[in-house]
Amino acid sequence: MALLVIKDLEARVGDKPILKGLSLTVDRGEVHAVMGPNGSGKSTLAQVLAGNPAYEVTGGSVSFDGKDLFEMEAEERAQAGMFLAFQYPVEIPGVSNAYFLRAAYNEIRKARGEDEVDPLEFADLMDEKLGMVDMDSAMLNRSVNSGFSGGEKKRNEILQMAVLEPRLAILDETDSGLDIDALRIVADGVNKLKRPDNATIVVTHYQRLLNYIVPDFVHVLAHGRILKSGGKDLALELEDKGYDWVTTGTPVGSMAGA
Amino acid sequence: MTTPVASRGPVESYVDAFDEHSTNASVPSWVQSMRRAAFDRFAALGFPTTKNEDWHFTSTSPIAEQEFVLLDAASGDVRKEELAPFTFGASDWHTMVFVNGRYAAELSDLSKLPKGVKLRDLTSAWTELPDVVDRVGKIASYDTHAFTALNAAFMHDGAVLHVADGVEVAKPIHLVFVTDATAAKGMMHPRSLIMLGRHAKAAVIESYVSTTDAMYLTNAVTEVSLADGATLLHYKMQREAGRAFHVSTTEASQARDSHYISFSLATGGALTRSNIYTTLDGEGAGATLNGLFMLDGQQISDHQTQIVHAKPNCFSRELYKGILDGRSHGVFNGKVYVHPIAQKTDGKQTNKTLLLSDTAQIDTKPQLEIFADDVKCTHGATVGQIDQMALFYLKSRGINQTFARRLLTYAFAADVLETIETEEIRVGLEHMTLERFV
Repeated sequence: MALLVIKDLEARVGDKPILKGLSLTVDRGEVHAVMGPNGSGKSTLAQVLAGNPAYEVTGGSVSFDGKDLFEMEAEERAQAGMFLAFQYPVEIPGVSNAYFLRAAYNEIRKARGEDEVDPLEFADLMDEKLGMVDMDSAMLNRSVNSGFSGGEKKRNEILQMAVLEPRLAILDETDSGLDIDALRIVADGVNKLKRPDNATIVVTHYQRLLNYIVPDFVHVLAHGRILKSGGKDLALELEDKGYDWVTTGTPVGSMAGA
Repeated sequence: MTTPVASRGPVESYVDAFDEHSTNASVPSWVQSMRRAAFDRFAALGFPTTKNEDWHFTSTSPIAEQEFVLLDAASGDVRKEELAPFTFGASDWHTMVFVNGRYAAELSDLSKLPKGVKLRDLTSAWTELPDVVDRVGKIASYDTHAFTALNAAFMHDGAVLHVADGVEVAKPIHLVFVTDATAAKGMMHPRSLIMLGRHAKAAVIESYVSTTDAMYLTNAVTEVSLADGATLLHYKMQREAGRAFHVSTTEASQARDSHYISFSLATGGALTRSNIYTTLDGEGAGATLNGLFMLDGQQISDHQTQIVHAKPNCFSRELYKGILDGRSHGVFNGKVYVHPIAQKTDGKQTNKTLLLSDTAQIDTKPQLEIFADDVKCTHGATVGQIDQMALFYLKSRGINQTFARRLLTYAFAADVLETIETEEIRVGLEHMTLERFV
């Protein structure tokens, strides 16, 4: 069975329906890009999958590794191998990055029936992971995301991903606000973490990130549904023709997607 | 309806104690006169009621209704090991221990005081440091404050510190006021005096702690005088016994370019009140008043700060945080007065409270009275619960709900603990808070 099977998913925020029958299947070893215009429901999809209680699921089903995702709390999903790289990582003044990362790492190890690691063992692990996202160890002593630049926050998300080694990583607009160097570092980190037994969903508005993280499949999300799916060339086509080409069925020229 | 006269009954119960106390004390005659005057003032004022604006949110009747016995002789049996939880792991600090209100030389260590530093118990200081103790009662006025008057009437022991001009005391000075079971139903009125000379610097910690769960009253007054350019790091650790009452007033007078840096922790006691007052009485002086109160059960804890900007170009910074659980009740009242001549005053006050239960309560009252026109004064108060987005963020990393809530509660406190300059205290309080919530 595929790693993630989304069937006819419907979700809303407050009274506003956002996802209106979304279906998507992701298997191990695959990279999927979910693209779409602003307000199409991309971030909602990411938040719903991660279990944000602010979003209400009103229909459909999602199975993750054969289990009903909606039977699981957010932390259980993470423990089962789901990871969301936030579009807007949350600042937590007062908790050091090192403490947070180790706490998360140990919670996930515990859930897998593995022993917790002590701060020294964890420091060794971090030395290895920090290099992957070109981060300085001084970042570990700072409060989680607190006062981080946009680029530092995104790198910190990928650092967490590197430490937690998820089976399914969802990158929500990870490219937004990044200059080209930071984008490359983040993309390199993601590529290094790619394995035959894990999968990645890249949620993005722009094709730019997909030059670095090459998708196997590209899906266009609009009006709360996947309207079109294809290979990596679809992203280039979208860049060229704009989203209106898919969402209204009429090509409107190369400027529309900008 | 309660009439003010109702509070006179409790006051009368102090008369006998005062008569006895005032006859057997060997203090200078001016102190005896001050005690008498202070007691008369206390009798006239009575215990404050909630009609008193300064006590609007906190009723003193649980204190007024008790009859406390004055603990003015040495008593108790506290072993050094019992103090270990309160000493921040430091073995080389200058330490004065007071057991049930009286100086305990055998538990203290003043052997390594550097040159230029005089530190005595008040009883000795009356004769040994006459030029220093003549400031006692001159900084903290008992005219309008009943508890300060009560302290002045009954003061019997405490610490007297004098740091000479230009001397920086490298190691912190720890004043430990500890009670044991002997303190049950007793009252203590410690009086301390901290005087720093020009450009002197010191860190002084006052810890109010207990090895017991007895009910007693601590009513402390500490007077602080900072000469030009002096810096005092002043920590108050209120960790009294769970059933105890604690009222304390710290009052500082600051000369030009001095800096008073206060941190007040309140976790103990049934009903506690901490007054922290300072007057910026010289240009360029600054005050940093931070604090953290963490309450649970039925605890009531009240902080009142008062910063008087009496001269131009002074600054003040305040950050107080409260974490309230159970049916606890916290109060924060931050007064800032800016005199007409105090132009270019730069003041900022922040009070943030985290409510962990539906039944906990906070009263927060910023009180700015500004009579100068060219000033920058801001204040802000927030009351809230755990941030849901932060909670989800932690959960999305595999951290369960309970742990995530605790971690965020700790983080709320750690934010103000990070401001503590003395490393042992910062680390000690972070550890204590981590243990409490995580």
